[in-house]
Amino acid sequence: MPDGATPFVLDVKDLKTVFRTRGGEVHAVNNVSFTLKAGELLGVVGESGSGKSVTMMSLIRLLPMPPAEIRGGSVMFEGQDLARVPEDTMRDIRGARIGMVFQDPMTSLNPVFTVGYQIMEPLRTHMGLSKSQAATRAAELLDLVGIPDARRRLSDYPHQFSGGMRQRVMIAIALACDPKVLIADEPTTALDVTIQAQILELIKELRQKLGMAIVWITHDLGVIAGIADRVMVMYGGQVVEHAPVRELFANPQHPYTRMLLETVPSIRGERAEKLRVIQGQPPILSRAPESCPFRARCPQAMDRCARENPARYDVGPGHDAACFWDFRTGAARDV
Amino acid sequence: MFDTTGAKKLVEIRDLKMHFPIRSGLLRRVTGAVKAVDGVSFDIYEGETLGLVGESGCGKSTCGRAILRLYDPTAGSIRLEGEEIATAPFDKLRRLRPKMQMVFQDPQASLNPRMTVAGIIGEPLMEHTRLSGADRLARIYELMDAVGLNRDFANRYPHEFSGGQRQRIGIARALALNPKFIVCDEPIAALDVSIQAQVVNLLEELQDRLGLTYLFISHDLSMVRHIADRVAVMYLGRVVELAPRDALFADPKHPYTTALLSAVPEPDPASHDDAERIILQGDVPSPANPPKGCNFCTRCPQVMAICRQIDPEIREIAPGRFVACHLHDQDTQKTAAHAAEPTEV
Repeated sequence: MPDGATPFVLDVKDLKTVFRTRGGEVHAVNNVSFTLKAGELLGVVGESGSGKSVTMMSLIRLLPMPPAEIRGGSVMFEGQDLARVPEDTMRDIRGARIGMVFQDPMTSLNPVFTVGYQIMEPLRTHMGLSKSQAATRAAELLDLVGIPDARRRLSDYPHQFSGGMRQRVMIAIALACDPKVLIADEPTTALDVTIQAQILELIKELRQKLGMAIVWITHDLGVIAGIADRVMVMYGGQVVEHAPVRELFANPQHPYTRMLLETVPSIRGERAEKLRVIQGQPPILSRAPESCPFRARCPQAMDRCARENPARYDVGPGHDAACFWDFRTGAARDV
Repeated sequence: MFDTTGAKKLVEIRDLKMHFPIRSGLLRRVTGAVKAVDGVSFDIYEGETLGLVGESGCGKSTCGRAILRLYDPTAGSIRLEGEEIATAPFDKLRRLRPKMQMVFQDPQASLNPRMTVAGIIGEPLMEHTRLSGADRLARIYELMDAVGLNRDFANRYPHEFSGGQRQRIGIARALALNPKFIVCDEPIAALDVSIQAQVVNLLEELQDRLGLTYLFISHDLSMVRHIADRVAVMYLGRVVELAPRDALFADPKHPYTTALLSAVPEPDPASHDDAERIILQGDVPSPANPPKGCNFCTRCPQVMAICRQIDPEIREIAPGRFVACHLHDQDTQKTAAHAAEPTEV
């Protein structure tokens, strides 16, 4: 590894993002740390407002600033701290070294340009290809993501594609410059299950072929179970649990993860008469957290949870949970 | 689980069609039709929850809206307790409206932002009853209690509530006139998982308490498995399979149902290892131009020559199990002209 670099393609430490609004500050991301190895797929789960998208958007600096502000932390990528590099450098990285796929394929494609133009755009700006080279590469990319008759479809407009096909186009654009890291923000949420199954299959295949690292944001635990290597559970702008995928599902150690797994009905196996409910509402993040954000909804809550915000304690190999309660001993943590 | 034998039919739908005209050219002449719902027949029994599932664009929401006469159906008959809705004149329809209500998908869009909660819940009461102001307010409070909303919030506006609470307001409004039948059109699709469970439990609790009948439209198969007694699967404007819940999930008969169930990702990593997933190729054809023969023949993994020629009729292949597929032509116990002809058992 060159000059003592880490084995990680992405190393995020203590990232803090705040939105300054007229109604006061919103602490959307609070000390989020995670790493990503080459070729790995990290799943990020959480409810809306848990900070999962904002975390990823702030590390590629796609948030409007102001109102957003990165208040601390570092994002190491290829030897540079993305939280500090100038905007020009960031622009060279974004869309080239780090690709993005967003939730809604209709609004993220420009309706007045052909699909071919939109795939060729990053190829020409980032890689300096000529028009004909870019067209050839664009056709290859469409072919790669499984769009039949690729060459001809380059001159079609987004509305001529179905939802699933549009999402394939988005993936083709994200892959155009051979990114090291792909950030996929709920890429299958707007799609039907049978189309979602096609896209998941495609991603698995592309990962093997191209060996890039992927961050996959979703609220669907089923999707995560199928594709992730490691999972990070977020709540109230913080990472509450982080574990290898099998470990997380077999042995969840944070009360929120446990309840989340219980609220989801399954299409196989036992059918519960009554669904488990997480009472209450997600927290309002108007202040920097000084206590556990989940304590108001937590069955395990203790006095200590109101006084301190738990750190991420190691609970197993590659597994940590931010909770004062230790489920393994069935008692409060003694730290 | 719900038993249909001996149960009373509340809603009977026969050969319902809802086509939307396509206009084009200078004179906006009708040049075709989007066949959103194309010949659907089924019954809904009193006190049950019938789940209606399918992918987007399959016509499930249109079907739900047409049943309540929010659209004027192109053809077919809809009977609520024996009274025809599909062709009912305005004044008769207005008399029937209190019996049938709807909970909409998007609680943000289906509540008037300029009305207070009390105004929203009280509106059906103003329209259809002659309660005095005080009685109406009492009823509004009663409804707010029933759906778990704090009475103190009666004078607040919808934007002051979270998604789950807004959906509770929508449910309270639907309950205001003591309906028998409620169409729930994707009531939880816009909500977070932890809030979904709250709303589903509320719907079930209200059903037990008030004896409601639901048509529960959803694309979330695991939630339908939880809430529904029987399930109808739609594909491109048709019901392709209708069966009791457990039978459908344990042993789907139609290749589309099989593929749909296998596409649902399970929240269990181990299940993904050995899962033999059926990945359907391609997309759903346009309902303006459905394929010849069976609607599913363009994507069906078990397609046969006959499927491209003859459109399979929906038949009862076992008591209570209806399938529209040529694979089951031999299994037919009796040729049912309609999906929901009563079962003689």
